[in-house]
This record gives sequence, C-alpha cells and structure tokens, in this order.
Amino acid sequence: MSTEGNSIQRFFSDSEGKKWLLNFVLIALPIILFFVSFMIGRYPLSPFEVVTTIIAKFIPSIHVSATAATIVWDIRLPRIMAAVLVGAALAVAGAAFQGTFKNPLVSPDILGVSSGAGFGAAIAILLLGIPLITQISAFAWGLIAVSITYFVARSIRNSEILVMVLSGMAIASFFTALISLCKYTADPYSKLPQIVYWLMGSLASVTNAQVLMVSIPIIVGISILLILRWRLNVLAMGDEESKSLGVETNKLRFIIIVCCTLITAAAVSISGIIGWVGLIIPHISRMLVGPDHKRLLPATICLGATFLLLMDNISRTVLSIEVPIGILTAIIGAPFFLYLLRRGYNQWT
Amino acid sequence: MICILGSNGCGKTTLMKCMNRLHELKDGAVYINGENIKTMDQRTVARNIGYIPQGHVSTFAFSVFDVVLMGRTPHLDYLDSPGKEDKLITEEALKKFGIYHLKNKPYTSLSGGEQQLVFFARVIAQQPQILLLDEPTSHLDFGNQLKTLNIISKLSQEGIAIVMTSHYPDHAFISANKVALMKDQGFLGIDTPNNIITTENMERVYGIHVKIMEISPNRKICVPIEIIK
Repeated sequence: MSTEGNSIQRFFSDSEGKKWLLNFVLIALPIILFFVSFMIGRYPLSPFEVVTTIIAKFIPSIHVSATAATIVWDIRLPRIMAAVLVGAALAVAGAAFQGTFKNPLVSPDILGVSSGAGFGAAIAILLLGIPLITQISAFAWGLIAVSITYFVARSIRNSEILVMVLSGMAIASFFTALISLCKYTADPYSKLPQIVYWLMGSLASVTNAQVLMVSIPIIVGISILLILRWRLNVLAMGDEESKSLGVETNKLRFIIIVCCTLITAAAVSISGIIGWVGLIIPHISRMLVGPDHKRLLPATICLGATFLLLMDNISRTVLSIEVPIGILTAIIGAPFFLYLLRRGYNQWT
Repeated sequence: MICILGSNGCGKTTLMKCMNRLHELKDGAVYINGENIKTMDQRTVARNIGYIPQGHVSTFAFSVFDVVLMGRTPHLDYLDSPGKEDKLITEEALKKFGIYHLKNKPYTSLSGGEQQLVFFARVIAQQPQILLLDEPTSHLDFGNQLKTLNIISKLSQEGIAIVMTSHYPDHAFISANKVALMKDQGFLGIDTPNNIITTENMERVYGIHVKIMEISPNRKICVPIEIIK
C-alpha cells in the first residue's frame, strides 16, 4: 500500500518518453476541454459552429448567426475563461503555500484571504449591491485580512511558520464571524440570498470585463511564482536549511505570500468562495510529477484549470437549475481525493 | 578540523548557528578571511560556509538529485534556476559519495545512513571553505558513525576547514586535530585531543568518572565508568 502512490509517480518518471507524454497530456487536457466547453450547454453548438464563430470575429466576411456569436463571446467565453483562471489560480497558490509553509495540509485561504474576501463581498452587498463594487471590496478585504495576519504574526514572533498559520486561523474565524454578522443583519428577502449565493461560489454571472480585470493580478502573481520555482524548492526543506543554502527566507516568504494573496483574492473576487481546489489539485499534481516546483507549478496550473472547468460545465448542464460550483467541487472533489489517497498514500504527505 | 565537546544545553548548537548567521549575534562577531559575516548577504555566507543541521524533518519527497542540486543555490542569481554546470557538479558530488545510483529515488525513502550521505553530497556541491556539522553521527548506527568520521577526515584533508559538535570524546580522538571543550555557555579550553580530553576535564564537563586508555600507539579511547556522587 505504502509504495503504490509512488508507483504512479515512478511510472511517469522512469523514462524521458513517459515524462514528455505526461507533460503533453497535462497541457492538452485544459486546451481540449476549453474548446469542448464552448459546445455544451442549454443551447448546444456543433464544433463547426464554434470554430466558425471564433474565426468570424477576426474575418468579418464569414457569416454566422447572431445567437451563436452572443453565446460564444458573451455568455460562454467569460465563464470558461473565469473557470480556467480561477482554477489555475487557486491550485497554484495552494501548491506555493504548501511549499512555503512546509505543510501539505495548507490551502490558499490559510492566512484568511477567503474569509476576508467573503466579508468584503457581504458588506458591499449589504450596503450597495453593485456587482463591480462587490468584486473590488472582496478583493481589497482579502488583501487586508492577509496583511493583518502577516503583521500580527511578525509582531508576535519573527514570522515563524506555526505562528503565521495560527494567526491566519484566528483572523479567518474573526472575519467569518463578521460575515455571519452581515448575514444576520441582512434583509432576508433581498440581500441575504445574494450574500449566501456569493459565498457558495459561482461563475454564472461573470462578465468579460471582470475576467479581464482579475486576469492581470493572477497572471502577474503566477509569473513571479514560476520565476521563483527553484527557491520554492529550497524553502520547502525548512527555514534553517534554506538559510544555510543562502536563501533569505523571510524576504522570499513575504514575496510568495504577496503573490499568492493577490492571485487568490483576485480569483475569489469573481468566483466567490470555491473551496477544495487549492488543496486537492496540488496533491494530485504531486502524485503525478513529484514535488519539484519546476514541474509541480505548471502541472497545478493545467490540472486546476481542467478541474474547475469540468466542474463548471457540470454545474451548468447536469441539472435544470444551476448548482453552485463551490458545492460541486467539494461533493465531487472530496470523494475523488479520498479515492486517490486510498490508492496511493505515500511519503509526499 | 575542530571538534566541539560539551554537555547537553551548553550551547554547542547555538554557537554553530551563530557561526552560520542563522542566529544574529548580540555581541561579538564572526570573521571569514578577515571579513565580518554581518556585512555579507546570506548568499555570500552560504558560499563560504556549508552546514549540516542535526535533525532533518522531511515533508516533501524530493529526489536525491534535487536535494543535492539545492547545494548550488548560493551560486545562483536570485531569479535563476540551476543550469547545466550545476547539474554536472551535482553528479560529481553524488558519485563522490557513492550514491549516484540513488539519484532518482525520493530521499525520504532512504535509510538514515544514506540520507546523511545525501546531505554530505549537497554540502559538497555547495563548495564551501568551511563546513559546520552539528552532531553528524547522532542518528547513525555503530558502523555508519565510523564511516561518517572517515568521510569527515577525508574532506578535511582536501582542505576544507571543519567544525563539528559531538557527544563522543572517542569521535574527537578518531578525527579531530583540535578539541574545544564547552561548559556553561563558555569554553574550558581548546587544545589537541590528547591534551584536553583528560579524566579531569571529562569529570568537569560531564560529571562522570571516565577512564582514558591507549589501545594502540596513536589511538586513545574514553570509557565512562560511574556517576560522580
């Protein structure tokens, strides 16, 4: 039992050829799913219709139906892009946090970003109810919550990992209480359902403009993490060892926390709280490609995007009503993860 | 090659971490070739001083190759990843310690003795002038202890200055040129093993009666006898 999980990884790493095959599959998955996602939905489109509609945007002489154009460009594109971005963002932030905190049980919201963002959204819905303001408020409060955690932890003890994580848990529960307070005072007929719906997580009402806005912090954050991939490896060996290997651990951890927080807050600000992706995807990726962040980070990006896109496709097609995606990720993700754990528990945890 | 001996809690590990700037000094200074390490950045310190800590707690199953490759980190620019030359140096280090065949295995699956070799290979890939070893023999079996001491002696013959801590006076007899004896956060003295490891000094440091015997012309051993009442 204990070596089986290893065998998954060993199967893919015992020859260069298989390594490339795995890389190819990891990259191909989200791309294929990306195009398939345009076809499925309440108004199915054929592959031909999708392709011509996309091409028609750039070559105006090709004629396509206005309905297809609206569906592809205004309804499905923002949603698909949001799923890809949010999935990749949460997964890569989770992987980076697990390495930084040297703990495979950590998820991106460990320092309070989701609870902070949740509060930001709740208070904005309560006071104003303008979608753009809600998004900005969620983003800002996510950053504020993590800043509080960081500086409280630093003032207690020079950014020791355990103190940092415990402070994060305290700040998170503080903001969760504030969310409850918002719900308690909210008008149960108009405001409360909005807040609850936001907190459950959904990509249903995302617009192209929103996607464009959050893509900037997400892409910048992910790029910096990718550049720091080697140092992330060293940091995952523990503070003392990485210091003795010449890494300025406090500075590096600060940069990584800033990147992950930007990424997560941006993602959460359009999707609401989607749990589980940031925990499960890094684990599955580690099973496949091992813990080296040079391969792990790109793998989490591909798998995170694929997973959330798949979940969102299910959420908008399987039932006649939309199932909030935050519910689906846990309902499908949790048993799937337990299944993997049973098949291949090994040293990576 | 200096061996630091002293009882538990006398400050051996703390001293070692100060030499490596893992702890900031409140008072005093550490110099490498006349330069205060306080004025160096962490990378420069790491290019000069290699360190193998006492206990390693593993979390992620990195491959042996990657762990040794991490030794190249202080030679990289801040945003760089290891290149071809770093990988060559890593392979050399792996071969040197006879663990090349393990390079694709997760280091967490190795035995304690093999893991110790991985850390030695890493610190050699780091190419330091000075090597700090915090109780390098403490988790090893009887045979691996001597093998480790042999490796240490060889490295010191290759021109690397080595400072190690130990709980065994015997280990100082085997490998050290000099012994620093510590008691209550201070030094009792620094001298050759033969001069400083005496029954009298051992009684003062450890609070036990010992017997020191010569078992062959160049080899002494120190055996604990009883607790001083």
